[in-house]
Amino acid sequence: MPERVSRTSMPVQDPHERIKNFNEVALGYAEDMAKREASRCIQCKKPLCVPGCPVNVAIPEFIRLVKDGDFLGGARVIKNTNSLPAVCGRVCPQEEQCEKTCILARRGEPVAIGRLERFCADYERERTEIKPEVASRNGHKVAVVGSGPAGLTCAGDLAKLGYQVTIFEALHAPGGVLIYGIPEFRLPKEVVRQEVEYVRKLGVEIRLDVIAGRTLTIDEFFADGYEAVFLGTGAGLPKFMEIPGENFNGVYSANEWLTRINLMKAYKFPEFDTPIVCGRRVAVVGGGNVAMDAVRCALRLGAEKAYIIYRRGEAEMPARLEELHNAKEEAVDFRLLTNPVKVLGNDKGWVSGIECIRMELGEPDQSGRRRPIEVKDSNFVIEVDTVVMALGTSPNPVISQVTPGLKTHRWGGLVADEETGQTTREGVWAGGDAVTGSATVILAMGAGKKAAVAMDAYIRSKH
Amino acid sequence: MFKILKKQILTPVTKKMVIEAPLVARKVQPGQFVIVRLHEKGERIPLTVADFDRARGTITLVFQEVGKTTRELGAYEAGQDLADFVGPLGVPAELLEHGRVMCVGGGVGVAPIYPKAKALFERGVEVLSIIGARSTDLIILEDEMRAVSHELHICTDDGSRGFHGFVSQKLEEMLKAGVQMDEVIAVGPLPMMRATVEVTRPYNIKSWVSLNPIMVDGTGMCGACRATVGGETKFCCVHGPMFDGHLVDFREAIRRSQMYLPQEQAANEACRCGGGK
Repeated sequence: MPERVSRTSMPVQDPHERIKNFNEVALGYAEDMAKREASRCIQCKKPLCVPGCPVNVAIPEFIRLVKDGDFLGGARVIKNTNSLPAVCGRVCPQEEQCEKTCILARRGEPVAIGRLERFCADYERERTEIKPEVASRNGHKVAVVGSGPAGLTCAGDLAKLGYQVTIFEALHAPGGVLIYGIPEFRLPKEVVRQEVEYVRKLGVEIRLDVIAGRTLTIDEFFADGYEAVFLGTGAGLPKFMEIPGENFNGVYSANEWLTRINLMKAYKFPEFDTPIVCGRRVAVVGGGNVAMDAVRCALRLGAEKAYIIYRRGEAEMPARLEELHNAKEEAVDFRLLTNPVKVLGNDKGWVSGIECIRMELGEPDQSGRRRPIEVKDSNFVIEVDTVVMALGTSPNPVISQVTPGLKTHRWGGLVADEETGQTTREGVWAGGDAVTGSATVILAMGAGKKAAVAMDAYIRSKH
Repeated sequence: MFKILKKQILTPVTKKMVIEAPLVARKVQPGQFVIVRLHEKGERIPLTVADFDRARGTITLVFQEVGKTTRELGAYEAGQDLADFVGPLGVPAELLEHGRVMCVGGGVGVAPIYPKAKALFERGVEVLSIIGARSTDLIILEDEMRAVSHELHICTDDGSRGFHGFVSQKLEEMLKAGVQMDEVIAVGPLPMMRATVEVTRPYNIKSWVSLNPIMVDGTGMCGACRATVGGETKFCCVHGPMFDGHLVDFREAIRRSQMYLPQEQAANEACRCGGGK
């Protein structure tokens, strides 16, 4: 048995400094740190971490290469199954996946698999010009709708199999949630740009400014010779609480808040044309990663006071541990077991506060988390100037409305086979948030991967 | 990139541009809009489609220079490119198959009224139109509207031409005189649409309005464009932009349209010296 070594921490920007900039918070391992951390892996014969990964990265294999100093080799192994390692290493909830099942986690801290993945991907990207092998074309065309994690993964995997893949993206930049949603300080856009570039180098064509269902329809894709279609249309309409005052000026959905900041670069207004109004005091409602992103953006936009308002307790928060930790370090004020009942406005129609009620936890609900119950007559007001609702989204209705044969669940998600992503229409697959509702980058990638396998089998069965 | 093929100055503050956008032109229906982004640092703004030519693959925009982006666009010339041009967006207008429809356009709102009037006219619906502006030199698309209307009335706020008063007042006069109509479509500034639907309310005439709120993506993702219609929150980009005007909360819509006024003014000041860059 090797000597027990503690988990290698990763350098980060100082909290007092970083809340003044949008630069990346986590700075990544240096080579010696990566080797040291890699040496903690005991190279299980039957690794428990691999099945914990939605795209089944060969984790012990890449970690062994890192330990031996073959960082490029490590990156290559990861990329066999994961087209976006620099992204996943940064935004995956590893503590719920690979690191949760790591054998070391039973008696101490798991191997920092995510940090090592990020290290390999960054090492490769920063030191080499990445030239993937381009598969010879098999003569079949496939259309992918949406260039987020699901679409990029599906497209990349199909291109590797020789398909001529075209991605149709509605926005003016590729990347989906990676570009409009996740902030620069957690996932630098240059990293996303290069990961997208990698998928392009695999032979994938990306057409921007095309709204599937409006600019071009699914039927037109088939008429145009595409033999299969993957729908990775992602998150849609933002959810609101349906409480009074939500349309006061100064109430944002997290989608709008983050899109203005990340995609449109409103934090650089007026150099960039898109404005944003961030008040002195900002409340973000919600407890997921999006809520953490939104509240930390508020600090960087100059808010003096930033609150998270969440109706359950900390243990029930869906946010990644690291983001929760970062938000706390940045002095976000967590108001847990607190639920808004009303947004208050001034005589000019702008937000002036948010009225909340205290909650307590009751019996577990369907999600297994303890159900929050209102404490009677416990209403109180938090004075704020801006409110951001980070409550998730319901899928975009456009594609299902205009595509014959495509069924949706009552809540709007596309009906798709869990194993293959096959929809109710022949030749059409779907995956990611469009099917599951708000979930994670890696789950969307897993869905894109499974669909690629099924689409390949489908097309081969026809010829 | 999307090329500007033609530019025409309609009034000192209103420009007409014909844009090469074949995919959008193939699909667009009256009532729909596009999102335009001028350049890499630009914002995404919604603009209503004033006309389209499927054969030539072009979309006609008519816009008033109100903010930084529209002023900047106004300074673009034929031959220049727009970075992004996305559409068609929104739900097409539900137009009657027969009967008589009153089309009311105020200011630059005459532009989005035009494709609806044209479609109604072409399908044999009797089209009555009222168009208006502050003064005679600000009246746009008069000839185009005349060509697709069985009756055209012109109004000016200052009385410099036609009916002296607002388009809503002209409509009220006609209703009082007993003119019958099956539906009204009103497009223009929010106060004009509000006044128009207040005129038709006592007569119980279905009155469509087209909202043009602040948007970011325009595809149903951000929720910036929400409006209260019939007590429910609607997203104008995917549920609209046309709504039953009698159900729209105009007070809220006007307030929300002013959310970025200070920033708009600051941006306008900043770009003024550059003559629109």
